[in-house]
Amino acid sequence: MSANGGSARAPSPVRAVAVRELRAYFDSPIAYVFLTVFAGTALFTFFNLQAFFTRGVADLRGLFAPLPLLMILLVPALTMRLWAEEQKQGTLEVLLTLPVRDIQLVAGKFVASWILLACGLALTLALPISVSFVGKLDWGPVVGGYLGALLLGAAYLAVGQFLSATTENQILAFILGLVVCLGLYGIGSESFAGLFSDRTAAVLRAIGTGARFESVARGVVDLRDLIYYASLCVFFLAGSVMAVRARRWT
Amino acid sequence: MRRASRPGCSNDAPRLRHGTLEMIELRNLEKTYGETRALKGVSFSISKGEILGLLGPNGAGKTTAMKIVVGYLLPTAGSATVAGLDVVSHPLEVQRKIGYLPENAPLYLDMLAQEHLEFMADMRGLDAATRRRRLPQVVEECGISHVLTRPIGQLSKGYRQRVGLAAAILHDPEILILDEPTTGLDPNQIVEVRQLIRRMGKTKTVVLSTHILPEVEATCDRVVILIDGRVRADATLGQITRSRVQVVTLATRDPGGTRDELSRLEGVAGVEASDRGEGYTTYRLELRGDGEIGEVVSDLARGRGWRLRELKRDDRSLEQVFRELTESTAEAVA
Repeated sequence: MSANGGSARAPSPVRAVAVRELRAYFDSPIAYVFLTVFAGTALFTFFNLQAFFTRGVADLRGLFAPLPLLMILLVPALTMRLWAEEQKQGTLEVLLTLPVRDIQLVAGKFVASWILLACGLALTLALPISVSFVGKLDWGPVVGGYLGALLLGAAYLAVGQFLSATTENQILAFILGLVVCLGLYGIGSESFAGLFSDRTAAVLRAIGTGARFESVARGVVDLRDLIYYASLCVFFLAGSVMAVRARRWT
Repeated sequence: MRRASRPGCSNDAPRLRHGTLEMIELRNLEKTYGETRALKGVSFSISKGEILGLLGPNGAGKTTAMKIVVGYLLPTAGSATVAGLDVVSHPLEVQRKIGYLPENAPLYLDMLAQEHLEFMADMRGLDAATRRRRLPQVVEECGISHVLTRPIGQLSKGYRQRVGLAAAILHDPEILILDEPTTGLDPNQIVEVRQLIRRMGKTKTVVLSTHILPEVEATCDRVVILIDGRVRADATLGQITRSRVQVVTLATRDPGGTRDELSRLEGVAGVEASDRGEGYTTYRLELRGDGEIGEVVSDLARGRGWRLRELKRDDRSLEQVFRELTESTAEAVA
């Protein structure tokens, strides 16, 4: 029997799960459809809806502003299968009877989905690079914008994974993911928060992911925003761990 | 290895933690799903090196009991220990010792058989040396070398079952838990899988659940019959099928006197006689205990000059025992 632990170990379970999930994404059309639609929509809105050329400013506000909504629409499609598929195939029983902690499984799945989202964001790097040729681009807000987008995306992915772990049906997981992410986005938006008193509105804006990202898109990256996204992400990942654990009680 | 015979099981003595015979021990295990009580206080234990058949009709709680032992489900009440470790408080240690093949051998259908095995090796944290040694071994043992590079989704049920088995024994576990390992296999595959199980049972403790009775007869040392969430029988195969009826067919001039003589034998509770024609009579001797009486009867027959035609124990088949137990449970419920 080999010793447990030690540095000369095989890949960690987290990495094994992440690699398996990534392979599942790329073996199916999901990854390609996601990347195409994500990058395509981002480019389309940048040039058409956000009117990059008519504004005449060499910034990437047109890229970042629509990102939250784009992610809300696409992220649940990445996360809906994470646990529901294991349940359907019966492989959940294989996973949960391995000497691996639930948190390692959740982390592995999260990392895989985050890498795919990062790939989508990486495809849009073509924009800042070409803009930097056209005009003088201030890279600071661009870096901040991508950082914000990665963290906001992470929060949505965590929400999505949580819902996939709590429902057994993929479609339901997708719709719920969409609704919850949209809700989190919407409660902080002006059109909703504006309906309330200043005080309540301030709280709603603080909870909402949308309002925070508006400033990120403008190029103002506040550490508090990033911490907020990160804590949202941790919160829902912890929820996912508990949802997986709760299955053992059923 | 001699196995201790333990017909009953409810009053187990406390076990030592290490180096003892008990590998798996269930004590008053209960599991409730919503309104359904799947296990209603199940206790039995499995010794090291034993092959135990867990029998029962569908829905009797076999799968639930196994899922608790492997840490997939948490018990509602009672306890389960593996090698002295509680499955609820030490799930990872327990899971390291167990190789588990769930019902229908669920696998990642999009992966190649080889990839699935490698994934399992990663998840089990096998180091490079162990992996290099074990992968070819399990591939060979389970006879899957020619399907390694095929997607699992394209494999037949039999091969999936074998890939699942290979994945379960990859880390060379002390304990193997197999939930209906032969369902959906053709007769040849069934024989192969049984041989495989018996081979592995030489070095490992094996628990297999099934509702196919010949399977138990072919592979197991001991049987636990679960019916409606309770243990209805726990004994070796010999004990379980052994009846307390000795059948003697012989010819004498005085059938009535013979009957009296037989009933006076030690250990005989009663005798029932029936005429078989040609001067022969069949006597069914109801015995008091499990003791052997054949020799005494044949000595007596020789001494008296009776012509003995048939002398046999009226053992029941496992099917009969099983049916009797299920029916008596059904009656008790009705």
